[in-house]
Amino acid sequence: MSESRAVISVSNLGKRFGRTIAVDDVSLEVREGEIFGLIGPNGAGKTTTMECVEGHRVPDRGTITVLGLDPRRDGTELRQRIGVQHQEAQLQKRIKVWEAVDLWSSLYARAVDGEALLERLGLEGKRNAWFMTLSGGQKQRLFIALALIHEPEVVFLDELTTGLDPQARRAIWGLVTGIRDRGATVFMTTHLMEEAERLCDRVAILEHGRLIEVGTPEELVRKHCPERSVVFTSDDADIAARLRAMPAVLEATSEGAMHTIRGQGDDFVTDVINAVAREGIRVRGFRTEIPTLEDVFLKLTGHRVRD
Amino acid sequence: MPSRILNGLWKLTWVEAKIFAREPMGLVGTLFMPVVVFVLLGRAFAPAKLVGPPHPPGASASALEGLPFNLAILSALVIAINAAQSLIAIMSIYREGGILKRLRATPLSPVTILGAHVVLKLAFTTISLTLLVLAGRRLFPGVIQVNVLSFGAAVLLGTLSILSLGFVLASLVPTPRFAQLIGAAAFYPMLALSGLFFPFDRLPLAFRTIAFVLPTTHAVALLQGVWDSSGWMAHWVNAAMLLALFGAYSALSTKVFRWE
Repeated sequence: MSESRAVISVSNLGKRFGRTIAVDDVSLEVREGEIFGLIGPNGAGKTTTMECVEGHRVPDRGTITVLGLDPRRDGTELRQRIGVQHQEAQLQKRIKVWEAVDLWSSLYARAVDGEALLERLGLEGKRNAWFMTLSGGQKQRLFIALALIHEPEVVFLDELTTGLDPQARRAIWGLVTGIRDRGATVFMTTHLMEEAERLCDRVAILEHGRLIEVGTPEELVRKHCPERSVVFTSDDADIAARLRAMPAVLEATSEGAMHTIRGQGDDFVTDVINAVAREGIRVRGFRTEIPTLEDVFLKLTGHRVRD
Repeated sequence: MPSRILNGLWKLTWVEAKIFAREPMGLVGTLFMPVVVFVLLGRAFAPAKLVGPPHPPGASASALEGLPFNLAILSALVIAINAAQSLIAIMSIYREGGILKRLRATPLSPVTILGAHVVLKLAFTTISLTLLVLAGRRLFPGVIQVNVLSFGAAVLLGTLSILSLGFVLASLVPTPRFAQLIGAAAFYPMLALSGLFFPFDRLPLAFRTIAFVLPTTHAVALLQGVWDSSGWMAHWVNAAMLLALFGAYSALSTKVFRWE
């Protein structure tokens, strides 16, 4: 995947609203067939960046191409080839699900079978329901349906699961990976690090309108947070002392029966397991703590995403 | 390509019509309210005095019996203003809910998205006006002499012009809560200046100048002309002004209309 062609290229994008700099010199590429995530806290400039790429906002500076087209100049052609879902969007309260799908499918040069799409998204039982009666998860699934009705090559998803309960969120995640598996490219934003980690092939971290890092979630974790911890539950009181001598160990602490060994390197966990086996230490419980994108964000910005 | 645009306009108009029909209060208010007002006021006064022309050439308003204004024209204007107020409310609700923004992300052109509402409002105006005419014929048999088609065409032209002003006003409405207020604050003074209640030439010059760029004024003059059977030719200036104002307000709203 890493050598696929770029379907979205953004260079030196800048956008301000009054005195507020929303996007500051952002450059990035999204490759064909990947799920690319813009991540960062609310107000970081994710939505503004995405809306400039979709052609809904006019940037102050920079150039953007999507599928080889200029989103502003070639907007009409581009809208036939991209699908969008907006953050916190609504439809007419009393529009029926099938009416929305039918209306949308009439607007595009080619459209998939709406009924089959509703079935694929688990909405076939709701086709006659008014929009206002749908649950949050059903509304988002309908928006996904509207974004996919014309088999777009690139799909834009802005904070797709914000406000959904964990179960609905997981169901939506399955649909998003399905979009990629059918060959489309997904450009999404999220402030949920778990979501980015689960879904995105690559992420770009945005903070105060600036892009501070791009890469796969694993790359970013390995680069910025190489440390990991192994936590044992054991009655062996000197377990920490015995493992502290290992070369990769940075710190070993004990709190009652709980012993935390912190170290770094890809082989760290294996080395600890081998050492425990070699030393014949009896262990009642064992878990590893591997840093996440949340930790990467904290390391890079000095604060948590939710702060 | 043009066939897809027409198809999109038709589909969107039809969907919006169905949605509007599902809102019981909106439907009843739009279609029947002006007719109810007309019937109630009509009942309260003697029929023969009701619909006489208020200012026939050479006669002063005080010389007339009955109501000092033409109730049929007032009712028609209420229909048009209702349509514009409903338009402002819908635009503010759609904007706040991100519906306008979502529609703009489709291949629909901005003109089609807004045009669907204009088509719909004109259709509802026609229905409401038909109800008004039927009620008038039943309540005041033989009294209404006006050419209904000509009157209807004048109402539609006036409504079109008032709706275009509605789009400009819709961009001033911050949230749906203000829609009714701003609509009423704009349209009722316009009605007062329209020449329906006081003869236009008795207004102070400043008011006359303002009234000249308001569609209500020209709608009233045209409708009175049609009512008096002096006809469109005698009031071509008013008809032309309604078209010109439609063009001007439409052009202005392409600049000031807010989609989000």
